[in-house]
Amino acid sequence: MKNSFSMEINEHCLMEFQSVTKVYGTGSAAMPALRGIDLNISRGEFVAVMGPSGSGKSTCMNILGCLDTPSKGAYLFEGVDVGKLSRDRRALLRRHYLGFVFQGFNLLNRTSALENVELPLVYRGIPSDERREKALEALEAVGLKQWATHTPGELSGGQQQRVAIARAIVTDPRVLLADEPTGNLDSARSREIMEMLTAFNLEYGITIILVTHDADMALYAKRVIRFLDGIIESETENGKVR
Amino acid sequence: MIRETILIAFREIRRNIMRSSLTILGIVIGVAAVITMVTLGKGATAQVTSDLAKLGTNLLQVRPGQHRHGPGGIQSAGAMFKIEDADAIAREISGLVAVAPTASQTIQAIYGNENWSTSAIGSTQAYLHVRNWQLESGRPFTDSEIRGGQGVCILGSTVRKALFGGQNPLGNTIRLQKLSCQVIGVLESKGQSSFGTDQDDFVLIPLRTLQRRIVGSIDVSRIDVSAEDGVSTNKVEQDIERLMRERRRIAVDQDDDFHVRDMQELVSTMTGTTRVLTGLLGAVAAVSLLVGGIGIMNIMLVSVTERTREIGIRLAIGALERDVLMQFLVEAVVLSSFGGLIGIILGIAAVAIGARILSVPFIFDPGIVAIAFLFSAAVGVIFGYFPARQAGQLDPIEALRHE
Repeated sequence: MKNSFSMEINEHCLMEFQSVTKVYGTGSAAMPALRGIDLNISRGEFVAVMGPSGSGKSTCMNILGCLDTPSKGAYLFEGVDVGKLSRDRRALLRRHYLGFVFQGFNLLNRTSALENVELPLVYRGIPSDERREKALEALEAVGLKQWATHTPGELSGGQQQRVAIARAIVTDPRVLLADEPTGNLDSARSREIMEMLTAFNLEYGITIILVTHDADMALYAKRVIRFLDGIIESETENGKVR
Repeated sequence: MIRETILIAFREIRRNIMRSSLTILGIVIGVAAVITMVTLGKGATAQVTSDLAKLGTNLLQVRPGQHRHGPGGIQSAGAMFKIEDADAIAREISGLVAVAPTASQTIQAIYGNENWSTSAIGSTQAYLHVRNWQLESGRPFTDSEIRGGQGVCILGSTVRKALFGGQNPLGNTIRLQKLSCQVIGVLESKGQSSFGTDQDDFVLIPLRTLQRRIVGSIDVSRIDVSAEDGVSTNKVEQDIERLMRERRRIAVDQDDDFHVRDMQELVSTMTGTTRVLTGLLGAVAAVSLLVGGIGIMNIMLVSVTERTREIGIRLAIGALERDVLMQFLVEAVVLSSFGGLIGIILGIAAVAIGARILSVPFIFDPGIVAIAFLFSAAVGVIFGYFPARQAGQLDPIEALRHE
């Protein structure tokens, strides 16, 4: 399977929301989750998205991650209008440009750490020798090389999340989307994870978008976006109000 | 990629080995049943065909009395034939190889201290030909022995065993009631007929000998006629009927008081019957394959629900709808073909045992094995497709949220 994508690359703006609205349900049951969001994320940024439950931050993440599409408005990923792409084209976008880390780790059970990390490479059609090599490198980057043959059940929460991070970065993605990656971890493990993400952001220039409840975790980001009731309440940069 | 998919499928099947085995049970039983039924059926058909061929090829039997099909198969009485009737058939009807007038009588055959109740069949040399008998040893009757009604006989192998055991009977003299006759030949064994009677239990003697010295009449109870290859036995049957009606002076509005039975017809009726039965049993077995397929669909649907989260992960990571569809479809096909393989092995084993019990020849048919295997794989494709498509079409966001 080859990368069938060709797109114009906009150096300045990696991801752009143009008055994005997302409504769930129809008619009288219609529930707006996002009400006209404008947002720009540039290459190499480390953005934290905050806000209470139901504020629209998860919806925003789903759209950013090409898992969902706006009801109105446009979401441009490197200049491509994702809302107009088919389901499969969006899957290919995810396959080639995005990495995901979830709160619940979402590793395949009863499958070794190595095989979990290899999974995105399988869908990229990379031959097994090369896959193994890359997956081991990624596991080494998160400090779990010696745990490669263990299944998630045999790993601690922090270790599982590190395997998930290895799986997300093994493809050298443009963007890593992390949805409350520290939500299930204690503060020491959380700091470890955040430091790891920061390092990937700085060393490899991977754009990181982090959803979190925890203000301490948001401090690792260079820019913080706060959602409330489907709109952006405030944006802060380097701890200063923009 | 396809190799990966197959490996994943194998791993999933191994992971749930108990459930997987139960899932394929339906297919296993279905395939085994189809193979057993069809193969045994073929054996039975071959058995019947070869049995009836032993009776004699292109054989027609002319008997006095009406033959009625249906309950009881009652035969109304009719005058016996005479040797002249057989001569007339041989003379006037074309396309015949041999005509054997025959009469028989139940008698005691005695040799030394041995005593055996059997039937004496009186006929001519033609009898050996029309009934397809081969001599194991000795010689057939000569014309003069037939004409003169001499005391000579040819033994069926059952009688030979009963009277002589391992000894050579040729040249010895046995007694049939008051008649003593010299054994000039022994017939090859035909074994049991498909109707369960011992075909080798008789003594063949010249017709005149039987008529004069045992029965004391000139009646002929049956005329066996053998038609040439390629001659329509139907036409011969009609010709004989016409001739006999004339000779027996039956008026136009009267029914025949004799009947002609065409063995060829019997063969096709019998093989037709076994074939229909085979088809019927095979069809019933095929239904269990279908049920097996539904079992696979059921379990695949459960599996999709159980693995919703896994599907969500795969989709989020960049699997296409068709990647996920293929994964589940391959799993279903691997399951069902595996079931097919086991079914084939079990089926062949069942046939090997069944053929011995039913004493039917074991005719291995690679065609039916191939068809059964392809069919079981096809069942996987057909019944796996719906659950697989459902898996591929899951919404990744919903699927990831699934507990």
